[in-house]
Amino acid sequence: MQTNILICGVGGQGIVLTSKLIAATAMAHKIPVMSAETIGMAQKGGSVFSFLRLGDDLHCPMFPEKSADIIIGFEPAEAVRMLPYLKDGGKAVVNTHAIMPVTAALSGSNYTGTEMTDYLQKHVAALTLLDADAICREIGSPKVLNMIMLGAAIRANVLPFTIGDIEETMRATVKPQFVEMNCKALEYQI
Amino acid sequence: MHQEFLMGNAAIARGAIAAGLNLVCGYPGTPSTEVLETAAKQNDGSRYVEWSVNEKAALELGAGAAYCGARAMVTMKQVGLNVASDPLMSLAYIGVKGGMVILVADDPGPISSQTEQDTRSFAAYSKLPCFDPASVQEAYDMIQDAFAYSEQYHTPVLFRPTTRVCHGYASITVKDPEEFVTNQPEGFVKDSSKWVIFPRLSYQAHINIEARNAGLQTVFSGYAHNVITPAADARCRKGIATHGISSTYTAEALRGMADAPRVLKVATPFPFPEKLAVEFLSGLDEVLCIEELDPVIERELTYICGKYHLNVTIRGKLTHDVKNAGENTCASVTENIAKFMGHTLPAAPETDVPPALPVRPPVLCAGCPHRASFYAVKQAMKGKKAVFCGDIGCYTLGNAMPLDMVDTCLCMGAGVNITQGIGKIEPDTTCFAFVGDSTFFASAITGAVNAVYNQANMTLVVLDNSTTAMTGHQPHPGTGRTMMGQVVDKVSIEAVLKGVGVKTVETVNPLELDKAIETVQRVSAEDGVKAIIFKSPCAVLIKPEQPAVIDADKCTNCKRCIKQLGCPGLVLKDGHAAIEQALCTGCGLCEQVCAFHAISTGGAN
Repeated sequence: MQTNILICGVGGQGIVLTSKLIAATAMAHKIPVMSAETIGMAQKGGSVFSFLRLGDDLHCPMFPEKSADIIIGFEPAEAVRMLPYLKDGGKAVVNTHAIMPVTAALSGSNYTGTEMTDYLQKHVAALTLLDADAICREIGSPKVLNMIMLGAAIRANVLPFTIGDIEETMRATVKPQFVEMNCKALEYQI
Repeated sequence: MHQEFLMGNAAIARGAIAAGLNLVCGYPGTPSTEVLETAAKQNDGSRYVEWSVNEKAALELGAGAAYCGARAMVTMKQVGLNVASDPLMSLAYIGVKGGMVILVADDPGPISSQTEQDTRSFAAYSKLPCFDPASVQEAYDMIQDAFAYSEQYHTPVLFRPTTRVCHGYASITVKDPEEFVTNQPEGFVKDSSKWVIFPRLSYQAHINIEARNAGLQTVFSGYAHNVITPAADARCRKGIATHGISSTYTAEALRGMADAPRVLKVATPFPFPEKLAVEFLSGLDEVLCIEELDPVIERELTYICGKYHLNVTIRGKLTHDVKNAGENTCASVTENIAKFMGHTLPAAPETDVPPALPVRPPVLCAGCPHRASFYAVKQAMKGKKAVFCGDIGCYTLGNAMPLDMVDTCLCMGAGVNITQGIGKIEPDTTCFAFVGDSTFFASAITGAVNAVYNQANMTLVVLDNSTTAMTGHQPHPGTGRTMMGQVVDKVSIEAVLKGVGVKTVETVNPLELDKAIETVQRVSAEDGVKAIIFKSPCAVLIKPEQPAVIDADKCTNCKRCIKQLGCPGLVLKDGHAAIEQALCTGCGLCEQVCAFHAISTGGAN
C-alpha cells in the first residue's frame, strides 16, 4: 500500500513544513516515508513543490505523472501546473487565493486565479476548493495557512491519518502558545 | 539502531559522525551545504567544524588533519572542486594517514550551478576512489565505508551524491551512539620522505596509485552496493546499467514488468568494478546505460567489451539513446527503458491546454539591499557607456528586468579581472565589477591585487550584506562568528582593499539612494582601481520595519516604482500600485524613487 502526495504552492507558504509534519506523523505510525522538494533558488516567491510518499517498497521520493493520490495546492496556478501528476480519479484540495508573481506586476497582467479554479473544476472530479486566506483572517493569523490546507486534505480521506494524529505530531513541534490556534485551523470545517 | 527521517545531506553528516569524524570543513554551495551545517548542529564540541574561505583552503585544512591521523571530511559543490583541484591532484600522490572523504555534490540539470560537470570523471582524472550513493540510506551507509576504505588505502576518497540524493528525505535506519566508531588521532609524525612532494616521490607514488587502483577494481567488484539484479526471465538478453538516483527511477520503471531485464547498479564508478561488469555483460546482446552527467559507465562498458571481446552493443548518451544533458526523471527513464525494450507506452490522453501559467522566476527579495545598490549604479551611469560584471551569489539575480545590471557572470570571483580585461580593450567604457562579501573573501582578493598592480581602470563594488545569503546565511571572515560558536575579530573588507593598494575605498548604505548615486558618480570618475562598499544587512536577517504605505491621493498611477525596481513587495491591485503587506520590509527604496512622494515608510530611512 503506497500513498503519493504532492504539495505545491509558492515559496514562503509553509509547504516544506507541511510535508515534514506529514512525514513525522508517518514515522510515529511506523510507516516508511520519503520526500523531495524544491529548495534553493525558488525559496522566495518561486514555485515550490514537495513530493511525499508513504508506504512499503519505495525506491525514490519522486513519482511519475499520473501517480499522485492527492494534490494539496496552496495556490491555484501552482495546482494547475502540477495537475499532470494527479492520477485518474485522484483528489485535489486547492486554496483559491491567487499569488501574483513579480513578473505579472511588471507586464501589467491582472492574474486573479479564477481561470485556474475554472480549469480545475473542469478537470478534477474530486475537488475541494477553499479560500484558505479568508479562513486565516477569520482565525487571526496568516501562519496557519498550512494547517488549514492540511486539515482539508485529511478530510479528503486519502492520507492514512486522522486530524487527531496530525495534532499529536504538531503539539510536539509547535510552541505551546500556538497549539490552540493550529488545532483550530486543522479542525476548520468548510 | 533506530529509524529517523533525514535529508540526504543530514544522513551523510550523521554517517560521518558515526564513522568517528574528527574534523569537517568546506565552503557552502548548493546542493552540499547542509552536510556541514548538520555536523555543526550535532557537534558536542569534540569535533572541529569550519566554513573555510574557499574550497582550496578547506581541502588543505582537511589534509593537514588527516596527516595527523584524524578522520576528516571536506564539503563542497562540484564547481568548488575546481577551486580545490590544485591541492587535490597533489594530495592524491601524497596520500593521508587518517580517513579523508571529500564530499562533492553534483548538480544534474543544472538546478543551481554553472556547469554540469561530473565528479566521477574528476575521480578518474585525479585517480581517486569515488563513491556514488543512490538513496538517503545508501548515503548514510556508504559514507562510513568511504572513511574505512580511505584509511585502509591511505588515500583521500571522493564521495559524490547528486542533488536529488542530497535534498531527498527518507526514513532510514541509523546507528545509536554506542555503535559509533571513535577515532583518536595519533598526531603528526615527521617524515619528509612521505609528506614532502618531490618529482622522485611522485614517480614512485604514481606507480603505487596505479597498482592500488587495479587492485581496487577487484575489491569493488565485491562491494555490497555494486549490485546485479537478475532479469525477471533468465532468457532475457538485454541489460540496464545505471547509478545514483537514476537507479531508483529504473527500479520504479521496472516495478512489475514481466520481462524486466538484468540491472547493474554501479556505486563505485572509479576504480570501475570490472570483474562485476564482465559478469553482468556475459550472455547479453544489448545494454542501455542510464546515467546523469557524463557517460562514465557507458564508456567503461564499451571499453570492457573491447578488452574482453564481448559482442554486446552498449547504448546510452554516446549513441543518442539517452539525452546527453540535464537531469533524468522517473518519466524520462520510463520512456528510455520502454524504447529499449520495444514496449509501447500508453499514449498521453488529449487534455485541454491549461490557461497561461504565471512564471515565477527567482528574484531579489523585497527589501534586498542589492536592489538599491544596482539601482544606484544604474542611475549614476545613466547615458554613459558602462559595463557591469557580476559574480556568484544572490546578486546574480540583478540581471533580471527591470534592473538588468549584470552583463557577465562566470565563476566565483571572476568578475574583477573580467572587468579589467574589458577595460584594457575598451578604454572608453566605465567598468564596474560587483562582488558579494563572501565571494570577495573566497576568491576576489587576488583579483583585486592583480587589477591594482597592473594599472586597471575600474570600480570594484562590494555588495556587503554581512553574510553568505545565497546558500542560507553561513558566516565568513567578515561576520565575526565561527562554526565553533566563537565571536572573533572581523576581517575588514575596507582594510584589505586599502592594504592591497586601492587608494579610494568608500563605504555607503545603498538604501540612502541620493548619497549612493552621488558616491558612484564621484568615485567612478577617478583613475585606477577604486572601490565602493555598499553595506546593508541581508533583508532576511533583520527585523522588518513597518511596511510602506501608498497615499492614494498623491499616487498618479505612473507605476514608476514597479517598473524601476521590480520589488516583490510592490504589486498591481486593480491596476494600481499596491504594497504586499506580508513581504514589504519598509526598506524605503520605493519611497525615494516615487517622484510624487506618494509612498511613505514612516522615516525608516
